[in-house]
Amino acid sequence: MTVIRLTTPLSLEVIQKLEAGEQVTLSGIIFTARDAAHKKLVETYRAGGKLPVDLEGQIIYYVGPCPPKPGKVIGSAGPTTSGRMDPYTPLLIRQLGLKGMIGKGNRSPEVVEAIKEKGAVYFLALGGAGALLAQRIKKAEIVAYEELGPEAIYRLEVEDFPLIVGIDSRGQNAYLMGKARYSK
Amino acid sequence: MRNIHVQDIINAVEGLCIEACTTLPADWWKATEEAISREESPLGKDILRLLQENASLAASTGEAICQDTGMAVVFVELGQDVHIEGGSLYEAINEGVRRGYTKGYLRKSVVNDPLIRRNTGDNTPAIIHVELVPGSGLRITVAPKGGGSENCSALKMLRPADGREGVIRYVLEVVEAAGANPCPPITVGVGLGGNFEMAALLAKKALLRPLGKRHPEAHIAELEREILERINHTGIGPQGLGGRITALDVHVETYPTHITSLPVAVNIQCHATRHAEALL
Repeated sequence: MTVIRLTTPLSLEVIQKLEAGEQVTLSGIIFTARDAAHKKLVETYRAGGKLPVDLEGQIIYYVGPCPPKPGKVIGSAGPTTSGRMDPYTPLLIRQLGLKGMIGKGNRSPEVVEAIKEKGAVYFLALGGAGALLAQRIKKAEIVAYEELGPEAIYRLEVEDFPLIVGIDSRGQNAYLMGKARYSK
Repeated sequence: MRNIHVQDIINAVEGLCIEACTTLPADWWKATEEAISREESPLGKDILRLLQENASLAASTGEAICQDTGMAVVFVELGQDVHIEGGSLYEAINEGVRRGYTKGYLRKSVVNDPLIRRNTGDNTPAIIHVELVPGSGLRITVAPKGGGSENCSALKMLRPADGREGVIRYVLEVVEAAGANPCPPITVGVGLGGNFEMAALLAKKALLRPLGKRHPEAHIAELEREILERINHTGIGPQGLGGRITALDVHVETYPTHITSLPVAVNIQCHATRHAEALL
């Protein structure tokens, strides 16, 4: 299969060309955030506070990595289940300008609506392949919520990070398409 | 009576935590090799090969197979002729987990309270199951269990009239609802019979059986084969992206039950069937 090479930040034109099920590689800057970080971001936004990171045009990777061994950038770093972030994601897309997400598993209808409305995209990373994915992460630094441990927000520099388009900007879903093809 | 010092238990558990999180057993390699040959989806085949590449990378670098190094589930078979000296068995196991997860640079994923949710910082406490057995041996199995697959697990008290077909339907329902979340190809542990808490424990124990090994009783082995086939007809496939291989195996463990009951518990294991054991 042809693999599309993408570089961050992703423009609306690039996002609109992506189709569910396509394999892509991503290079550039992405941010990590998962359950507790999402909760804090949304609470801070609702209280009118200043967010520790500007998500306009950015991509969030749902990951809680292992601690790095000496001399390494990051430990094992595969995706976590995205559905747990669903209650927060529409606000992140609509109000904070989030353009992309990386995780595993399906999303709620509300998230799909927000993706379609704002022209965002949901990528899938290989679940349970943390050792392999960690190799494509070239730099990692904590930018917020250090006290959350593995749930802190990191700024990652990735190179040729392998992904699959899970839900494209028109709401097409790679899981539904794949399953329909092989169910008996 | 044989004496075993807690220090030996601490050392064993420390090593097992690291081994289980970085090295997949031989039966996993055999099962995924067969899965690659049977998978019809080209993307599914690619994914299975990448999972093998990931496992071999983890084994050679000592990096965790998956960043979710789980909550440590520890099964102990304690010989009734063993005397543990120097401290408590449970504290020794937790000390071993503490050291293993720190020295192995494994992720600490345990929070102190289900609602307050502050990370304990050392992945303790472990979930510990102790079974008293004849003899003077001490067998320890460490089976780290990640949250993604554990969260897809479920239990239902069926009616006896629901019978075999009811059991199959319920397992399929749980697997369908899980979809891509537990990182397929999954292994499905089914606990059948006993009562509410026994069924759950049986389902977890079922995951320890080597992949490809059937239940010794013919009608249960047949049930395993049928559930496996029907799961693989769902089309969920590797990573949920469509394909023939949704599950590597289905293991059912049973126990006698009450005249009114048919408990069935389904414990889903992600593609990485991690466990390591030692005999002291």
